[in-house]
Amino acid sequence: MALPPFQRFVDRHGVAVRRFLAASVGPTDADDVLQETMIAALRAYPTLPASTDLRAWVFTIANRKAIDLHRARARRAVPVATVPEPLPAFAGAGTGPPVPEEPELWSAVRRLPPKMRAAVTLRFAVELSHAEIGTVLGCSEEAARRSLHEGLKRLREGWDR
Amino acid sequence: MSDPLETALRDAARSLPVADAAGAGRRRARRAADEGLLDVAYATADSPLGPLLLAATERGVVRLAFDTAEREAVLEQLARRVSPRVLEAPTRLDPARRQLEEFFAGRRRAFDVPLDLRLADGFRRRVLEATAAVPYGGRTTYTAVAGAAGSPRGVRAAGTALAVNPLAVFVPCHRVLPASGALGGYAGGPERKRWLLELEGGGAPTASRNDGGATVR
Repeated sequence: MALPPFQRFVDRHGVAVRRFLAASVGPTDADDVLQETMIAALRAYPTLPASTDLRAWVFTIANRKAIDLHRARARRAVPVATVPEPLPAFAGAGTGPPVPEEPELWSAVRRLPPKMRAAVTLRFAVELSHAEIGTVLGCSEEAARRSLHEGLKRLREGWDR
Repeated sequence: MSDPLETALRDAARSLPVADAAGAGRRRARRAADEGLLDVAYATADSPLGPLLLAATERGVVRLAFDTAEREAVLEQLARRVSPRVLEAPTRLDPARRQLEEFFAGRRRAFDVPLDLRLADGFRRRVLEATAAVPYGGRTTYTAVAGAAGSPRGVRAAGTALAVNPLAVFVPCHRVLPASGALGGYAGGPERKRWLLELEGGGAPTASRNDGGATVR
């Protein structure tokens, strides 16, 4: 079983990768980071063993590129002499609607630390399994579950304040 | 009872904006070419012989397939035998597509694009090279081609080499016919072979082998 033609690889995974990036870095930058991801994938593609889990592999690259962008943004941020902004308060936690609108919720996710942010976006934007999330993050399945759990916990702590 | 936060996250995921896949594809192809990563570019083209799949390496056009061949199988063969870096990238194929259009319209007799014959080697490549020497409107036989390729008794092998010609039309295997006067085989099917021979003005035999004609060797 050989590697599929790269175009087929893109056709199969491109939509999901872009959805992950739209969640992780926001819709404005998602296209650019997708391009960087796919070009990096194209460069490395011929070196891959034919048995590679291509889905986990491409998300590993995408996550790295997303982290790069987050770091670049953090470096560009103007330092201010105030405490870090708390996660926005979401009304109605635990009692049902109203729930936060999409932009607000993903903004909160984007402010999580890198591992938790990746776990939450991979789980909810593209429905990767805990094992696959572990592969992408380079950690055990258990550690991936913990990151996801912690991330959700932090998001909930931002509710109802 | 489902967790409201998880529900909200799933709903939020559904409302993430969708990409412009076509635009992204074009930009990706251009960037891949700029960075020297476009090992195999492919494109489709309409033609009087139906949709064609064309592929080119940096060396030249490496494949022309009719729709009788399964597109996925053609791309997988390219991934296996040339490079897995196979991308839809029509720009590289523009000169070839333009020349094919002119050829089919009767405005061009010879192609002027570099060809990459790497999908055939040894005897098969020599068969293709001998075939490439047959001019527009000309004919030759499997026997003659086998001889030119250095194996005068390898007539069946020459037939096989032409049956798997990776570059139909560019390497004019339609101009190779059996000495018997029948039409002979063609990977794109007899109608396409006949169409090409008639385009070039030579007329085309019927497929029948029982025409009672003299056997000329």
